[in-house]
Amino acid sequence: MTITKLLGSAALVLLPMGGAAFAQDAAAEELPACENCADSMVIMSWGGAYQNSQLKAYVEPYAALTGVTVTWDESSNEAIAKLRAAQEAGNMPFDLVDVEGPDSQRACDEGLAVEIDHDEVLAPGSDGSEPSADFGDSIINDCYVPQIYFSTTFGYRTDVAEWNGQTPDDICDVFDVEAFPGMRALQASPKKNLEWALICDGVAAEEVYDVMEEDGGVERALAKLDTIKDSVIWWTAGAETPQLLADKEVVMGSTYNGRLFSVIAEQNQPVEMLWDYQNFDFDGWIVPAGLSEDRMNRTMHFLRFATDTQRLADQAKYIAYGPARASSQPLVSTHAELGIEMAPHMPTNPDNMKNYLVNNIEWWADNQDEVEAAFQNWLAQ
Amino acid sequence: MADATISGGMPTGREARPVTSGPMLAADGTPLRASLARSLRRQKLRALLLIAPLLLFILVTFVLPIGDMLLRSVQNGIVADTLPRTVAALSQDASEVPGEPVFDALYTDLVIAEEYKRHTQLGTRLNYESGGASSLFRGTGRAVGRFETSIYADQLRDADPAFDDSAQWAAWMADPGNRDALPQTADAYDAWATLTTEVHGDDPAEEDVGDFVYAALYRDLAAGSRPPAMPAVDVSGFETVTAKELFIDDDDAWGEPAIWNTLRAFAPRVTPGYYLNAVDLQMTPDGIAPRAEGDRIYVQLFIRTMVMSMLITASCILLGYPVAYLLASLPMRSANLLMILVLLPFWTSLLVRTSAWKVLLQQQGVINDLLVWVGVIGNDGRLVMINNQTGTIIAMTHILLPFMILPLYSVMKGIPPSFVRAAKSLGANDWTAFWRVYFPQSVPGIGAGSILVFILSIGYYITPELVGGTKGVFISNRIAYHISDSLNWGLAAALGTILLAMVLLLYWAYDKLVGIDNVKLGG
Repeated sequence: MTITKLLGSAALVLLPMGGAAFAQDAAAEELPACENCADSMVIMSWGGAYQNSQLKAYVEPYAALTGVTVTWDESSNEAIAKLRAAQEAGNMPFDLVDVEGPDSQRACDEGLAVEIDHDEVLAPGSDGSEPSADFGDSIINDCYVPQIYFSTTFGYRTDVAEWNGQTPDDICDVFDVEAFPGMRALQASPKKNLEWALICDGVAAEEVYDVMEEDGGVERALAKLDTIKDSVIWWTAGAETPQLLADKEVVMGSTYNGRLFSVIAEQNQPVEMLWDYQNFDFDGWIVPAGLSEDRMNRTMHFLRFATDTQRLADQAKYIAYGPARASSQPLVSTHAELGIEMAPHMPTNPDNMKNYLVNNIEWWADNQDEVEAAFQNWLAQ
Repeated sequence: MADATISGGMPTGREARPVTSGPMLAADGTPLRASLARSLRRQKLRALLLIAPLLLFILVTFVLPIGDMLLRSVQNGIVADTLPRTVAALSQDASEVPGEPVFDALYTDLVIAEEYKRHTQLGTRLNYESGGASSLFRGTGRAVGRFETSIYADQLRDADPAFDDSAQWAAWMADPGNRDALPQTADAYDAWATLTTEVHGDDPAEEDVGDFVYAALYRDLAAGSRPPAMPAVDVSGFETVTAKELFIDDDDAWGEPAIWNTLRAFAPRVTPGYYLNAVDLQMTPDGIAPRAEGDRIYVQLFIRTMVMSMLITASCILLGYPVAYLLASLPMRSANLLMILVLLPFWTSLLVRTSAWKVLLQQQGVINDLLVWVGVIGNDGRLVMINNQTGTIIAMTHILLPFMILPLYSVMKGIPPSFVRAAKSLGANDWTAFWRVYFPQSVPGIGAGSILVFILSIGYYITPELVGGTKGVFISNRIAYHISDSLNWGLAAALGTILLAMVLLLYWAYDKLVGIDNVKLGG
């Protein structure tokens, strides 16, 4: 798996970083004028802390430089459905869409996203490298402009009396309601849940996707999830788990690692990370098909700015996700407001990477429709 | 009639009045009947014009969408539109796994569909019926461009370099003689030329002709066609590949009957498939059969929706009746004040009210905290009142209560207090007077309130979604899921149509049992 190589190298780069210089003023001079461009855009993203990092790192700076009005649509969770519906209706309301790796593959396969010539559209790296080389393996298909890699992992409350001082340190503790009683928050989606269920059902991590491919593999994972179904609150938006943890409605829950970072470091809740078998994936942009020329020009102009070396590094100052550009990684430093070192909070920190999974993008792109249907039926039972 | 004059015109018969010998005339001399009809017509027209905006509004926003929904629940053009050649070839082939001509047609269809990126939509559609179809079409769609059919192009070009000339191809394919002799080639070339123009924006006379066109030409020539205006090529010695093997090599599923059964079953443009799916059935080659155990959810959801709506209606009656009674029997001033309290929730956003219930009902919420503090339950015995059916029933009863209280109140207002006084003066005790005299007169209010609450709750969406968890959701949540997440609009339409039919059926049953005339919204 090539993504792991990238992650490994990123981890090495992240550790010895020092402070990074802001190059914002320089960027302002470099930004070329946009000809025949719409003066507003609608960006679909995830809401919450992640969208905020995008806002601070490049949307606000871009709006300040160009005067463009940006409207957010916080429905990346159902991006494919929204794009399909918009295409069927013949009216594309979004100019740029933020999706995870597998969804970008699906959008690209279905013609919902336009193909992008990365070297043509994107800015070269600050070290002069070609964009396609700078992004490297994170460009998983022709439509995708990756921003960051993130992981989905668990957070747990540290003040649960019933646990008698024990804390979960193994992914399978999530499935152990005897030793760790209490409600759990899991995503109302088969992705990642099935992988964890199989690992805790005795499948070796590297065989997870082979087992799921077999007849009965998905059923086996669902049967494992059945054992905790009564103790689960299902979430659909990444911000729900932090809220549920803070409200003590759940004792542990899965979400994106950056969201948990916000709960722990910014809101000082008694919550800790359970990094065991964190699940890596990419997040990035796709440009929807069917945009008018002026909107397309605006989107491409923004894209070039928002994915340059400095902007992606800036994003990591607001949320604990690693930039997808190799040239951005040395520039990641301390949190913009708290001033703490970001490296230990990054999913690629070696201490956090003892066990991990890499989301199999092609498998999910191919199988999501049927697995999703089976999962939703199971949920409704 | 004072201004009507009697004239000696022709008798009209229908108006046969014994004394008149002709039609009555209006003041302006026209027959009274015609004049009356005209003025009535004018009145009707005026009335129609007055309601025209509303009528148009209802037509456009209500009747048409419902009609469209009914159509969508049976429409199924996607198979025939995406794989037209395969569907045609399949109708000639009855074997479980079809023969080579069907695979040849599928190859052509899939290459074209892949260029337009339509094969994934077809896969998604067929996946509703048979799990695995989506990944099959995606996977093979990716692979079909790499199928080794280029050997035909290579061999034909080797046999005569003219086959390498795109302009030459365009000329050949414009020749009617060639087209008649080479039906498959003409069809494939046309499709290729269209997609070259539409998808790539290129000129077919300048681009390299697609491999699948060469494959079609080989099949035509091998079948013995002799095009008049084309170089003669002897194809008997050509190296060949078979589409069937290529497909099965790519994915074994193409060699199994399942996908072909599905394709055959859903080839027609009109399908009962969505309705069958909506009641947990499916089409199989042996007729209609129940779905697999784990996929049967809709009947259960319909029943749950009905039962929970009835429970909500019942709790609205229990809670609303005393309140309405109190409102109706209090003096006007205090009744009005209380009425404001009843109406107050109406002025608050539905979302806010539902979220408030979340705060109240959750395990670390206000009610649980209160119960623990009072000592009714222990800290580890906190009640689970949300994300389940209890949560849905509590929140929806609260939200729908005014729809029960208002009709009850207005009916009770119309019951003269003297009736109960009369009953008491005749010796009835309080209970008998209420139960025998007052209650029967308030039944029309209960009827109206129940119909309102029941029909509203049966289609409720947002409250169950927020507080219902997985066990407390209604069929409408499933409809919403299929509309916005899975995009199975056909199934959503079928479920919606069934729900509509159920409401109409219940309305009819109610009319038979209680009588719709017994429903009153006011005194």
